[in-house]
Order: sequence, then structure tokens, then C-alpha cells
Amino acid sequence: MAVIPVERKPLTLVERTYLPQILGGLKTTLRHFVTPKQTMEYPEQRPAIPPGYRGVPVLVKDPHGREKCVSCQLCEFVCPPKAIRITPGEISADAPDAHVERAPREFDIDMLRCIYCGLCQEVCPEEAIFLQNQYSMSGYTRAEMINHKDRLYELGGTLPDQHFKWDKKKAAEVAGNAGH
Amino acid sequence: MIAPPKPDLITVNVDGREIAVPKGTNVIEAARLVGVDVPHYCYHPKLSVSGNCRMCLIEIGMPAVDPVSRTPFPVAASGMPRINWMPRPQIGCATNVAPGMHIRTNSPLIKDCREGVMEFLLINHPLDCPICDQAGECKLQEQSTGYGRGYSRFIEQKNVKPKRTPLGPRVTLDDERCILCSRCIRFCKEIVKDDVLGFTDRGSYSTLSCFPGRALANNYSLNTVDICPVGALTSTDFRFKMRVWFLKQTNSIDAESSVGANTVVWSREGVIYRITPRRNDEVNDTWLPDSARELYKAIHASDRLVAVKVNGTDSALEFAVGAATGLFRSSAGAIAVVGSGRSSVEEQFLTRKLADALEAPTHLVSRVGQGDEILISADRNPNVRGALVVGLIQALPKTRVAGDATPSSRLTNGDVGVAAPVRTGGLTELAAQIDAGRIKAVVSLGEDLAAAGLTATQLAKISIVYLGTHANATSAVAKVAVPTLTVFEKSGTFVNQQFRLQKFSRAVPGPVGATDDLVVLAKLVAAATGTKIADEIGPLWSVLATEVPALRTVTVANLPATGLLLDGTPWAVLPFAEGATLHYKPAAEPAAAGALKS
Ligand code: SF4
Ligand code: SF4
Ligand code: SF4
Ligand code: FES
Repeated sequence: MAVIPVERKPLTLVERTYLPQILGGLKTTLRHFVTPKQTMEYPEQRPAIPPGYRGVPVLVKDPHGREKCVSCQLCEFVCPPKAIRITPGEISADAPDAHVERAPREFDIDMLRCIYCGLCQEVCPEEAIFLQNQYSMSGYTRAEMINHKDRLYELGGTLPDQHFKWDKKKAAEVAGNAGH
Repeated sequence: MIAPPKPDLITVNVDGREIAVPKGTNVIEAARLVGVDVPHYCYHPKLSVSGNCRMCLIEIGMPAVDPVSRTPFPVAASGMPRINWMPRPQIGCATNVAPGMHIRTNSPLIKDCREGVMEFLLINHPLDCPICDQAGECKLQEQSTGYGRGYSRFIEQKNVKPKRTPLGPRVTLDDERCILCSRCIRFCKEIVKDDVLGFTDRGSYSTLSCFPGRALANNYSLNTVDICPVGALTSTDFRFKMRVWFLKQTNSIDAESSVGANTVVWSREGVIYRITPRRNDEVNDTWLPDSARELYKAIHASDRLVAVKVNGTDSALEFAVGAATGLFRSSAGAIAVVGSGRSSVEEQFLTRKLADALEAPTHLVSRVGQGDEILISADRNPNVRGALVVGLIQALPKTRVAGDATPSSRLTNGDVGVAAPVRTGGLTELAAQIDAGRIKAVVSLGEDLAAAGLTATQLAKISIVYLGTHANATSAVAKVAVPTLTVFEKSGTFVNQQFRLQKFSRAVPGPVGATDDLVVLAKLVAAATGTKIADEIGPLWSVLATEVPALRTVTVANLPATGLLLDGTPWAVLPFAEGATLHYKPAAEPAAAGALKS
């Protein structure tokens, strides 16, 4: 490879005083004194989360307090880093939601694995799992970084529902067909 | 059954492709041979044709012939015969092909028909897929994706039907999902001859139900779950346990009797969730007894052995082998080997090697029960013929007479199995020798000597080396006890009642502490002979091929999935315990040479 020697120009007298550089720096500093602030006092102040933000995945309940997840395990299947682990369960025949039949017995999301891709939310046929606004997860141990079912519902809370598909099913069953 | 004579082949044309098929083939099977899928629900290759789902509609036509000369009309331009298509579609399942028949499965009419049939099937279907166990292996899902319209025009309220009706101890019915194909009804009637299911009510109220006072309780009830094309019949055991798409499938063999039904073991991360049949037209068709599906539960039984014991205290494999070798030396000339009809061919071969090295007489424990004439034979050992083939035994073990039967239905020591008692025996000779003081040490390959007829006093007189999976009276008193693997945790081969060599593969890893039987046996053989012997299936099979005449030409690597029929003539005269089962007739009855063949 060819070596091209570059001659270094000697500094001029003005440059050797450093004054132009100091003044230039001061100018920038002074400009920021008067322009609006770019930073915030985290964690006292928090940024507004834009719609469509993908935070920590959580489970939600419907407005009647019914857990929406039916443990179909599609999110477990689609999850690229295999962060989700579900043990399916059955709703007992005498429970009010018996007609839904399935609910997760255990539901774990390992936040050390989750890559916040949102595929679980996209694949969920029951609209039960959402990546909401929560973005800071921290803990001292690996075990603490696994969100169990109760924690997922605590973080998720209740979301409005557009379909109430299981309520409709119940209504059809009650109104239902006299033949049965 | 004698193999049918060479079938007459007739030529048909499916979607423009000519194919020669045996006479009597229906259109679905003929199309399958050219790789064309004719969607269907009610048709099942092993059941009668009922033709009620109408999903298999196809168009058929015959070459036009001149009514006078009876010769085909050629079409002038192409020279091809003109086809007279029937104006209406026909069902493929109930249409047997005829010479020269033309079949169209992809015309616009057929596409329309399929969309129409799918739409009707889905009218009252709950579309429960997220909570349906069938999802992932559901014909309705697959075919509505492949052949359906893709949207619903039904705005009325759907029928709601009962969702968890127990039909029997092992089967739960979800009525809403039933598409009324009647496969389950035909299975019970035609295969098990236990006609308990039927449809009640009419139209969209039609419901599958058991006849009053009856239950779907026969030992084949779970086959209805397998053949149900939708999620209507579900296994109460497997219900809501795991999604099928997570499960790994491993080919295995039903070890509960000498039928050797082919199975698939479904596991995830080392846990078995279910066992289903694997089609083998020469052995089990597409069926499997319910009892075979519960065998895996023995893996996690509380009496599973997981620690090597020497003189009752925890030890390690090397010390156990050392202790056994010491025992062999101290009682040289007074050792007996009790082999097992539940061991694989490879294990039985190493057992024979061990017996040869110790110059010990060999015995086999017999296990005889009542055969059900379908897929459970009287001989409850899966591999007695393997012991004959490798030369572990020369004659069949003597069965104990019914009088002193030990009622034991335990197949692999788990609490499963067929209700009828199984008589375990075959050790009378050994018992006499122990009484006479001629035998001082016994190596038992997983066999409970007490259950097989030795008394506590006889057991106390001998030192036992026990290789087995579960605790029992023998393992409790054994000098050396080494935990080994169940059939789900190791690979190997069995020889079934037809002398069909079939292989099973390891589905899940064994528990910590248990060692592969082959490894333990190879170590014992090495200690007894002073020369190393292969302890893995692959290398062991090269030894087997050179030393066992019947296996000379066999390699386990390319053993077909459906097994390989060995020549059983050298043993044809032996009085085997089996009666007739699905694809087996005992040699004595028809006294035909081909009787051992299916
Ligand atoms: S995809 Fe939705 S309904 Fe299914 S298991 Fe996940 S959260 Fe539950
Ligand atoms: S039977 Fe098939 S289509 Fe119907 S709910 Fe179950 S998986 Fe879905
Ligand atoms: S339960 Fe299943 S097999 Fe039986 S008729 Fe209904 S769909 Fe067919
Ligand atoms: S498969 Fe032919 S009508 Fe059902």
C-alpha cells in the first residue's frame, strides 16, 4: 500500500493563543442557556410514550375482569427468543367462565430473553397479550426478571374490549336452541 | 391371511395423468398414488365407506364410444378420445375406478363444490381453535385453509351444544365441533365390535351419543380420538395438556404384548405427553389399544429405581460391576441367568453372551394372559421370539397353570394395563435347582423372581444381580441392583409374534442414575470374559450379523419403519401362546406355511 506523507502545517500565532476555540465553545454553551431543554429529570420526570410503543409484554383482563388468555400457546410458539413459557390449564366446570374452558395455569415471560418484537401481541387470537408502556425492567437476580402470571396481570390491568366474544357465546347458549 | 394374488391393474387418468392402479381402488386412493389430494372427512382407509361428508366430490367421465362399432370416438384435432363427463360430481370415496376412467379433481365445478361443503360444515362450527386440542392436526382447519371460501356469510346465531360430555372413562366429547362423519361409530362397530355410539336427533341438532346405559369404555376407545378428523372427541388424559406442534415425534413399539403395535411417542423437552398409533398395514393397521397409551406413565412412577445399590447401600456403577464380578467368581458354576422377554434383541444377545461366559443356564420369565383378538395377544412379553432368534433360549418357558396364577396386570410396573390377570412364571426348573443347592447366584434382567414363582426362602438362598427399572421384591433383596432404562428411554429392536423385527427409538432421556441396559450388560460381559464388547446399537449389530444366523443380512440402520419379516421356520413347531389377533393367525390352526406371514 502506498504511503502518502502529509505535511503538518504549523499553527498560526492566533491559533497558538487558543482564544478562537475557547470563544467558539463558550458560544455554544451560551446558546444552550437560552434554547429549550433537551433532557429530563429521569426518573422523576418520564417521557410521553407514543402510540404503538412496544414495552414489556403483559396480560390483560376484559372489562368484566375475565382473564382473556386461553393458553392457546400461540405466543409461546411464535416468540423468536423463546421467552414465553405456558402451562395450560382447564377452567373447572362449575366456574362462571366454564364455557371458556381453558386458562393458563402458569404463564412466565423471561424478560432477559424478550426482544420486544411484539409478535406475541400480533399472533394472539384472544387479544390477551399486549406490549404496553412499561419500559424499565430491573432486578438483582435472573429469577426476578421472569414475570409470572400474577405480575403479568398486575402490570397489564384491564383493557377495553371490542368483541366480548365469550359473552356472546354465553348469551347464545342461554338464549340458545331449545333442542338442547 | 394369504397374500392376495397379483392384483389386476387398470389404467385411469387423474387430472390428465395416467396411472395403473389395482382393481377396486377408490378414487381417493388412486389420486393419492399420483400425489393428488382429494380432501375427505368420513372416508378412512380401514373402515367401511359411508359417504356422508361430501367433501370428496370429484368429476368423472368415460371415453365416448361409437354405439355401433363400440370403438372410442377420437377427437379429430388431438387424436385423443373424447370424454363424456358426468354432469354431476360424484363422491370419490365410494367410487371405485374403472378401466379408462377419467377423473377431474381441480375443475371450477369441484372448487365450487368444496367451498360449498366447507361452508356448510362451518355453519354451526364454533371456531374454537384457540381452545381446541385438535388445532394443528385438524382436517377442518387444513381443508378450510386449502379449499374453503375464506369468509363467512352466516350471520344467524350458531348452535350451541354441550362442550364436555364424557363418553367413557378416557374420551370426552365436544359436541359443537362434531362434523357428523360417523368414523367413530363405524370404528366401534366394525373394528372393536362394541357398538356403543350413534347419532341422535336430526339436522343441525344431530348429536353423537352413547346408547343409554352404555359407555365408550372398551380398550380401544382412544382410537376414536385419533380418527376423529376434528376436535370433537378428545382424550381426557391429554386434554389441554400441550399443543401438538410443540411435541417431538419418535417412532416406538407397543411393549405390552407380542403384537408389537407400531406407535409414535409425542414428547417435549424430555416429557412424554401422549402415545398414538403409527400405521403399519401388516401389524396394527392404524389402531392401538388404550392400555398401550398409558405405559409411559411408568417412567415417573414413584417406585422407579434411580440409585445403584450394592448390598442395599447407594453405590456407583463401577463398584456394582466389581461386586457382581466378585459374586460371579465366588459362585462360579452355580450361576443362573434369568433373561427377559421384555428386553430388546440387542440386550438379549448380550445376556446370552454373559450366560455363555459364566457357563450359566438361561431362563426366561413367561407372561401369559388373555388375548383380545385385536391388538393384545396372549403372550405379554414383546420379545420372546427375539430371545429364540439370538439363542438366549432354545425352548419356550413353561407357563404356570391357571391355578397358581399371580394376578398381575403390571406391564412395566406402572399401574396400567389390561384388567385380565397375567400369569407370570417359567422358573419352576430354576426353583428346583435352587432347592437342590445347585444355584447360588442369579442375574435377573428386570424380572421379579418372586412374582415369577420363587418363594422368599428360595430368594434368601441366592445372591441376586438385578438390572431393572422399577423396585420390586427382587430388587429389594438383590446384592447388586443397577437401575436401567424403560423402552421409551433407549433404542433397540423387538421381534413380534410374526417374527417381524421392528425397531423403537429413544424418545426421552432416562432419569439421572439410570444406565442403558446395554452399557451395564457390556460391562458385565467384559468383566466376565476379559474382552470388551460393543455397548451401542450400531457396533453391536455388526456383531449380531456375524453371530446370529437369522440376522445375517439385517442391518439396523436400514430396517424399514414397518419392520422386516424374519424367517421363523426354525421355531415354527414351538407351542407359542398366542391366539389369533388382527394380522396374525397361530401356525397350528390353519397349519399353513404362510401362516406366520400376515
Ligand atoms: S396467544 Fe394470547 S391467548 Fe394464546 S397463550 Fe398467548 S396470550 Fe394466551
Ligand atoms: S375442530 Fe378444528 S376447526 Fe374446529 S375448533 Fe378444533 S381445531 Fe378449530
Ligand atoms: S365425533 Fe368426530 S369422528 Fe365422531 S362423527 Fe363427530 S366428527 Fe366424526
Ligand atoms: S369422504 Fe367421501 S363423502 Fe366423506
